[in-house]
Amino acid sequence: MSVVDDPATASVASGAKRPSRLFKNLSAKIASIPMILTALCVFVGGTTWTVVYSFTNSRMLPRENFVGLDQYERLWGTDRWIISIKNLAVYGVCSMILTLLIGFTLAACLDRKIRFESAFRTIFLYPFALSFVVTGLAWQWILNPDFGIQNVVRSWGWESFAFDPLNNPDIVMFGLLIAGIWQGSGLIMCIMLAGLRGIDDDIWKAAKVDGIGTIKTYIVVIIPMMRPVFITSLVLIASGIIKLYDLVVAQTGGGPGLSSEVPAKYVIEYMFRAQNLGQGFAASTMMLCSVVVILIPWAYLEFGGKKRG
Amino acid sequence: MKLSTKLMAATAIVSASAASAVELEVTHWWTSGGEAAAVAKFAEAWNATGNTWVDGAIAGSGGTARPIIISRILGGDPMAATQLNHGRQAEELIEAGLMLDLTDVAEAGNWREIVNPPSLLDSCTLDGRIYCVPVNIHSAQWLWLSHDAYEAAGLDVPTDWNEFVASAPALEAAGTIPLAMGQQGWQQNLAFGAITIAVAGLDDWREVTVNKNADVARGESYAAVFQAAADARELARNSNVQDWNQATNLVITGQAGAQLMGDWAQGEFSVAGAVEGQDYSCLPGLGLNEILDTGGDAFYFPVNDDPEITAAQKELAALLISPEVQVSFNLAKGSLPVRGDIDMSTANGCMQKGLGILADGGILPSGDQSLSADTQTQIEDLMAQFWSSDMPADEAQAKYADIIASAD
Amino acid sequence: MANVDQLGAAVAANTVIGPRGPKPRKRFSRNNIFLYGTLIVVGMYYLLPLYVMIITSLKGMPEIRLGNVFGPPLEVTFEPWVKAWAEACTGLDCTGLSKGFWNSVQILIPSVVLSIAVASVNGYALSLWKFKGSEVFFTILIIGAFIPYQTMLYPIVIMLREIGLMGDLWGLVLVHTVFGMPILTLLFRNYFASVPEELFKAARVDGARFWQIYFQIMLPMSLPIFVVAIILQVTGIWNDFLFGVIYTKPETYPMTVQLNNIVNSVQGVKEYNVNMAATLLTGLVPLVIYFASGKLFVRGIAAGAVKG
Repeated sequence: MSVVDDPATASVASGAKRPSRLFKNLSAKIASIPMILTALCVFVGGTTWTVVYSFTNSRMLPRENFVGLDQYERLWGTDRWIISIKNLAVYGVCSMILTLLIGFTLAACLDRKIRFESAFRTIFLYPFALSFVVTGLAWQWILNPDFGIQNVVRSWGWESFAFDPLNNPDIVMFGLLIAGIWQGSGLIMCIMLAGLRGIDDDIWKAAKVDGIGTIKTYIVVIIPMMRPVFITSLVLIASGIIKLYDLVVAQTGGGPGLSSEVPAKYVIEYMFRAQNLGQGFAASTMMLCSVVVILIPWAYLEFGGKKRG
Repeated sequence: MKLSTKLMAATAIVSASAASAVELEVTHWWTSGGEAAAVAKFAEAWNATGNTWVDGAIAGSGGTARPIIISRILGGDPMAATQLNHGRQAEELIEAGLMLDLTDVAEAGNWREIVNPPSLLDSCTLDGRIYCVPVNIHSAQWLWLSHDAYEAAGLDVPTDWNEFVASAPALEAAGTIPLAMGQQGWQQNLAFGAITIAVAGLDDWREVTVNKNADVARGESYAAVFQAAADARELARNSNVQDWNQATNLVITGQAGAQLMGDWAQGEFSVAGAVEGQDYSCLPGLGLNEILDTGGDAFYFPVNDDPEITAAQKELAALLISPEVQVSFNLAKGSLPVRGDIDMSTANGCMQKGLGILADGGILPSGDQSLSADTQTQIEDLMAQFWSSDMPADEAQAKYADIIASAD
Repeated sequence: MANVDQLGAAVAANTVIGPRGPKPRKRFSRNNIFLYGTLIVVGMYYLLPLYVMIITSLKGMPEIRLGNVFGPPLEVTFEPWVKAWAEACTGLDCTGLSKGFWNSVQILIPSVVLSIAVASVNGYALSLWKFKGSEVFFTILIIGAFIPYQTMLYPIVIMLREIGLMGDLWGLVLVHTVFGMPILTLLFRNYFASVPEELFKAARVDGARFWQIYFQIMLPMSLPIFVVAIILQVTGIWNDFLFGVIYTKPETYPMTVQLNNIVNSVQGVKEYNVNMAATLLTGLVPLVIYFASGKLFVRGIAAGAVKG
């Protein structure tokens, strides 16, 4: 399957095989031991272990007392898990759409050969250097109802203005979203910008000759051409969304009530706080499944694209 | 068995030799102002013995700290001593042989006789062996009232929960939040528990929490409890703080009329310099049912290979329950001492009320002692959901009964 | 395999930010006003938190209580910074964030060195010294990068316990090395694969062996990719919270965990100015690296983003 193998490598490797199979490449094999251990013990072994033990009724300590699908039945009968999934879905869909939209728009603006491009790029990207904990705490302060935006707008004379997402269960996920997009959209902008820079100038010339307007050119011509870039961006955003944890812990702690709980937090709290390992393992197995659901269509698209191209 | 006999032998050898100065790392989750002042009393007493107290405070509530503590014990990197609530939390760790057997210390110190109520020691006991030192008694069923808030509204300070509910509209009219409530599951669960004991009474509470009788949980008395909780939810509508001590602070500053919180709120009032009966009042059992649960904090000592540390652990265990340390610690913390034979006359009015109830035997076991961490978490999740949404009382009751039915 | 390679290629391609772009427009048109307007408004959204954090951290508490979160400080004070660094309390321990800072440094340096050393050798072996099965392990590694950490948290507790490193700084170093491996290996593999084949062949003809070629030829010529890897790892490890909170103990807490503790352990009144100073202090290291490294940073994070 090594489609993009370096020809040099292939020839060297095959040439090197001749004398003695086991010893010829011994140094490389020894050097790869950490990688092999990581791949087999941690990634394959660890994940399998968790999946297997999700079928047990392990409490504080792992035990091999298998109970079939009990943990999964309880998981899907638990309000908190359902709420976590719904929260993540809302966050995920909004985050994907808005991040792509903002990322692409900003990249397109920067690509118009403007002045101070690098200054703008620096501004849009710096939040990405910060941790989610820092991001969460900063926005927690700005959204503080007594001191932050709400208070400032009220002091301008709009007394009835209400914007208190962190204490309002209905919109708390949007409070997280504001912070999450702030942190992550700069990266997508960078990737989009690189994609736009990869598009041939002739395309623009042709569009101009055909009399297609700028915005229409972007929508009709450029975006379809950037399909791989969009797919990469989507995978990046999606895999980040599933792991959403630090931001919630720092910014809302899952509150008010359960209204900003997320699956990753459920896993950790049931594993360690509720001392119900089996339940935590079942929930993490479900997270694993959701990643598989995202990865398979992506792999299929990429693979299919390659065949055609 | 083998492990414990080995340990006994090891300690016997060491305790014979003179104990030298040892550093013990102690983890706990006492990080609010009042709590930190209290834990300092432990540290002072331990340092006075020539040893060193290495403070391992873990911020956040027990919910945050417990996993860290447990994963370290399981991870083979145990601290020398750690706070854990009494009850079922440590059961599996003890069964796995990870906790130091303190039975010899307990016998030497005659804990069986001095610990009051004896149920505290029972929760430290597994198969006749003692594994933890109870250090205080916590009761959760307290209503704290702000005199400032009532003065500003021109009202008398209520003397029980019902009067408080009746006074709420006037408080609200005066621009005060009637009930301060931190938006965290355990606090909301605590408030629910306090209301339960006040509204449903002891027998039904015992039937549900101790005997896990789901039929009673579905019954009328609990319907009344959930209705009362739903009413309280309305009173706390405008309270948008998260931490319990922020909520207490609302009461201290008169921004809120009252708070349902455990006796540890006392520590915050003391730190703020507020005077009981003058700036604030406290109503144990919400003024309705003069009864307190006897949950509390206990210290466990994870098994250690180093005989020197093991000996020091036992020394610390004995120290924590000694009369002087019990007095100074509990005065600072606002909790009740675990032994009835010490002089607490310097305690303030609220603690005296608690001591009085304790002396009269108005006690019941706490939820921690009856329910597993798993069930507790489920109930806390339900309460977090109930208090911060518009879930109807009957729906919450049905869910609650289901959790009780499947509790182990 | 195809998906993996393509992802690597996509990342590599995307990181090339050149000066190409549509033609310049010099006129002060309506379009341009709209364009700059959008950029400036959005730029304000991005700058707002940094601005608010800085001014809040320079105000005294009485001024903060007055309310205007956006107003510049009437009286500048550095007290909150001092307090955040050296005096803020978690429980009895009032040594501020400084302890967490030094812990993070102690975690960071070995983690960065070890993870990059291991991954560069991996990438080198995978691109130039393929052996039977090497691609299989690499595929597992890359797929592993997408597995939610939650499914591996507990098995790692057990593994660390077995080798006696639970709660130890070195345990966390090992965890960072393991989880940094997929992306770094990908990075180095793609880089070494682009090395001209003549160079490698010539060295082989001269009889140079695996380590000789690595140290004498590959290392000296791959400085840029090492810089990218260092930037990626320094920011990633510094910003980690999840592993820090699970695999360490209070005395070895990294800075992010300690920050969360300090901000969330309230004693009486929340000191927002101290909290913001602490938050800024924690963000300072990655910010400095970001502003100092410029375009290399972009390459680093674009590669690191695959990690999710």
